[in-house]
Amino acid sequence: MIEISKLNAWFDDHHVLKDVDISVPANGSFGLVGESGSGKSTVLRTITGLVDDWEGNILVNNKELGTSRDKAFYRLVQMVFQDPFGSLHPRHTIDRILTEPVNIHGLGNSDSRVIEALKQVGLDNSFRFRYPHQLSGGQRQRVAIARALILEPKVLLLDEPTSALDVSIQAEVLNLLSRLRRDLGLTYIMVSHDLAVVAHMCDDIAIMNHGRIVERATAGQLAEGSLEHPYSQQLYKAAGGYDRAVVDSFVDWD
Amino acid sequence: MSNEPLLNVKNLKVTFNTPKGEVNAVRGVSFSLGRERLGIVGESGSGKSQTGRAILGLTAANGRITADELKFHDVDLANLTPKQWRKVRGARISMIMQDPKYSLNPVMTIGDQIIEAYREHHKVNAREARHRAIDMLEAVKIRDPERVFNSYPHEVSGGMGQRVMIAMMLIPEPELIIADEPTSALDVTVQLQVMAILDDLVRDRGMALIFISHDLHLVSSFCDRVLVMYQGHVVEELAASALHEAKHPYTKGLLNCLPKMDGDHSDLPILEREASWAEG
Amino acid sequence: MNTQTTISKPGLKQWLTSDTPRSRLQAKCGRAWLGWIKFTENKLAMIGLSIVIGLILVTIFAPLLAPYDPLAADLANRIQPPGADHWFGTDQLGRDILSRLIYGAQYTLLIVGLVAITAAPLGLLVGTAAGFFGGWVDATLMRITDIFLAFPKLILALAFVSALGPGLENAILAIAITAWPPYARIARAETITVRKSDFIEAARLQGTSNMGLIIGHIMPMCMSSLVVRVTLDMAGMILIAAGLGFLGLGAQPPMPEWGAMVSDGRQFLLEQWWVATVPGIAIFVVSLGFNLLGDGLRDVLDPRGGD
Repeated sequence: MIEISKLNAWFDDHHVLKDVDISVPANGSFGLVGESGSGKSTVLRTITGLVDDWEGNILVNNKELGTSRDKAFYRLVQMVFQDPFGSLHPRHTIDRILTEPVNIHGLGNSDSRVIEALKQVGLDNSFRFRYPHQLSGGQRQRVAIARALILEPKVLLLDEPTSALDVSIQAEVLNLLSRLRRDLGLTYIMVSHDLAVVAHMCDDIAIMNHGRIVERATAGQLAEGSLEHPYSQQLYKAAGGYDRAVVDSFVDWD
Repeated sequence: MSNEPLLNVKNLKVTFNTPKGEVNAVRGVSFSLGRERLGIVGESGSGKSQTGRAILGLTAANGRITADELKFHDVDLANLTPKQWRKVRGARISMIMQDPKYSLNPVMTIGDQIIEAYREHHKVNAREARHRAIDMLEAVKIRDPERVFNSYPHEVSGGMGQRVMIAMMLIPEPELIIADEPTSALDVTVQLQVMAILDDLVRDRGMALIFISHDLHLVSSFCDRVLVMYQGHVVEELAASALHEAKHPYTKGLLNCLPKMDGDHSDLPILEREASWAEG
Repeated sequence: MNTQTTISKPGLKQWLTSDTPRSRLQAKCGRAWLGWIKFTENKLAMIGLSIVIGLILVTIFAPLLAPYDPLAADLANRIQPPGADHWFGTDQLGRDILSRLIYGAQYTLLIVGLVAITAAPLGLLVGTAAGFFGGWVDATLMRITDIFLAFPKLILALAFVSALGPGLENAILAIAITAWPPYARIARAETITVRKSDFIEAARLQGTSNMGLIIGHIMPMCMSSLVVRVTLDMAGMILIAAGLGFLGLGAQPPMPEWGAMVSDGRQFLLEQWWVATVPGIAIFVVSLGFNLLGDGLRDVLDPRGGD
């Protein structure tokens, strides 16, 4: 479904992505893990056309992506952002947030589509005319997911979708995302700094550091802890909580 | 090291007056703290941060603190005048906050801020203060202390900024540190590195620590004892090593709903909240 | 103060304070209602609002309120001090000052109204375009704005009126031309803050056009700051209009515009103080009203505080 090869990107002369190759089959789930500055979010933004300076090949659904994106692309690929408050317009009702894309693409039946989208993410009709600040973080993230789904895309790009949520809410939202992928046959690329989240949600994982993919693993390999690259091993051990011996073994990667 | 508790908190309540009515952020929290590390864990709305702030009298203006007892040694923290607070804050109890972007003064150099923190409680000349500040920056494992001393907060990374915050808060040598989500804004490896620094300093100086966080695993691997808070109440108190023996359904639920790296992709168990937990 | 819904509260209030609105209209009204409640808690703001409403009512009901014809000269009764017959006295042509004051209110309202609805949208458009597109669009628009901002408002208005010729309409135009630059600056600043937000990116990712983004997403975020600023500026607009009227460049005689009235009374200021002072006080009170109203609006509409 998604084929990225030799992707390089620059921000003001900083080489932020270096020869990134990613392949995701249809209905697959691919995880990108890394710390800040690793370039993981930049990969998503390059796919959505928000990065100006890039080189390489990006194929989505067998179509090559160029410098700009058209409406057909937005019906194919959608994104869920990290900050549940920042990604919803504070002055728009949920109804307006969900109706706008329907109207832009001329899909019609906005009323029933909105109700259906809310139902899909487990929100009932009472939420429809509220404002984002009247919703909790988890509810807002569900709205963000509903908004992404209302255009019936095939690919969902998830940029740290649960990082800003409480652990118990995170579990609910992750379960929701898993269910949606199953029921709607979606393809996911999920970005996170949390190895456990990615290991739980994704089939294949790539670990990034300073713009490069340093290691790839399947969820099974991650479960066994069989990582080879020292950076991956460091990340893996760091996920286990505070252990003085582990910390003393850390190296600052450059 | 005495066995006597440093801090005694009995029935602490914090209530806020908001346009929508009264909000009870903390509803009767009690604990005592010796020279040990206590972790306070909870999700948003649990009241854990407000508990920390109440101890230092940092509750917002529309908040009311009441307690049967809120004593640090024999100092009654519930009834201090601003002048008395100045002798306690920094010198005897310090607080490390979450994001150095917001807790460090952006228009002062790091060196100036640390010196200010030091000279607030120690009468020394400028040269001595500078010396102490550089020493402190070295103590928090900053490799180039002179350069960082002359830098502004926005010129250093998040992890470095948090180390600066620790340096600033520990330089007056308080007895008790309250750390409110000190590593939540940092990357995972940096988090652990900063915690190692805190670990060393707290141990070497014999300080007591209250570590407030939402991360149950992190807290239990770092602290001696853990308080689990839910909606303003403490629902469970246990030794950090006994986390797997947690009894309260909220604590157990919290532990279970974390995703694990075991290759199991089935649905995560959901935390079913009971109304009875909120009654404490 | 409790704005929660209870099952037993009937009618309009329940509709407004419902937690689960059934339509966008209900949601908007509910939000406005909460804003109104917050506004009413501010005593000074309520005073400001009352003054402004008073101004509007006086304008509408002028014929009913004014005891005399504002234009009717009565030379036998020139410059009478305030008394039972003429509460604020008469001017140099024997016209009742109170009636002139009442009929003059409409000019004040006309001036602030017309200036606000021309200058504010212009400033908003220029500012959001500059902030959104950046680059040479930003540079060009901001340099033009700078040129207008470089001149003190009164001087610039004077220059325009001199060029256009004296008269109320030209005075209004001149004031509007000098009033829009700060709004452009404000709108631009808000736009720059907002344009990198996730919700803008999300809208872009849905296929929203640039125009759609500016009008539907960015402008609503600018509105709060703009409304506050415009309201606070109204006091200044009144003063500029009064100044122009004072100089004979605004409303022309015999229009009972307050600034012109102050000017007419200038020569009698020491002995027959009421001719100039009474309209002056009216200008002061109305300016104060707009200032208090603007302050109150700012407390309610602050976008960073959310609701």
